[in-house]
Amino acid sequence: MGVPISFFLGLSAILFSVGLIGVLLRRSPLTILLSLEIMLNSVNLTLVAFSRHVGGTDGQVFALIVMGIAAAEVVVGLGLVVAMTRREMVLDTDELRTLNG
Amino acid sequence: MDIVVFFLAAAAAIATAVAVVAQKNPFVSALALLGNLVSLAVLMLLLEAQFVAIAQIIVYAGAVMVMFLFVIAYVGPRGEVGPGDRKPWQVWLAVLAGALIAIEVVVVTYGASFSDWTEVKGDYGSPAAIGAALVTNYLLAFEIVSVILFMGAVAGVIFGTGGRPRRLSNDQVLAKENESAEQRRREASRAVLDAARESMGEGA
Repeated sequence: MGVPISFFLGLSAILFSVGLIGVLLRRSPLTILLSLEIMLNSVNLTLVAFSRHVGGTDGQVFALIVMGIAAAEVVVGLGLVVAMTRREMVLDTDELRTLNG
Repeated sequence: MDIVVFFLAAAAAIATAVAVVAQKNPFVSALALLGNLVSLAVLMLLLEAQFVAIAQIIVYAGAVMVMFLFVIAYVGPRGEVGPGDRKPWQVWLAVLAGALIAIEVVVVTYGASFSDWTEVKGDYGSPAAIGAALVTNYLLAFEIVSVILFMGAVAGVIFGTGGRPRRLSNDQVLAKENESAEQRRREASRAVLDAARESMGEGA
């Protein structure tokens, strides 16, 4: 293949940091969840790239499992968003500071 | 050819990721994430991981994003909290943290010397090969994921149905029923009395 693996790793690092900036900057829990998806997906790309690099299926299985965990995480996160809406709270993570140390 | 596809998909992936983070409207963010997922699926196809790429489109772009869009529609315009209302030093610190991680990984990967791609057989990344790995070597992980998904579904239902007034206990329900039955009885007897009075009045 004509594309070196380091291109895939570099792209995945850029996507990961874009997602990280989103998680740090955004206040709406919906957008934070969307940014988390970007981070998880960039790691999936790394796993698949390394899997192809060594010629095994292990990394792909790992990527599939990450997808399953991400789906569970989204369900819990969206459940929290729905609960916030039902309690008529503003959708702002700064409102959820009960667990602050 | 490969490199052209790679750069097209990579540009699309970065542009859509930035759009997800920068858009004020969560609906537009979700649609941008859809584009990001599809371009990552293209990159996975380039890596000959057919099954993961298709699962990415079906599971992520299909199921997960539909769930996101449902919740965004349910929440409505209240979900719009813009990215710009952080303090400036917080913004710079976040961008710095992200840039540092990206630069670190890029420097490390370009400093490292990777061997060439391994040659793979035709059925590499096919559903049969992945499925065989899932039910042999990774059976435990597979089962644990199913349990975690179930737990996530239960937790989602519990979180999502909270916030309403608490359900009445059995005794309270019985007391309420008795009360309303009593009231109905009183109303009925009053109606009978009124009718009787009326007919007497007519008779007089």
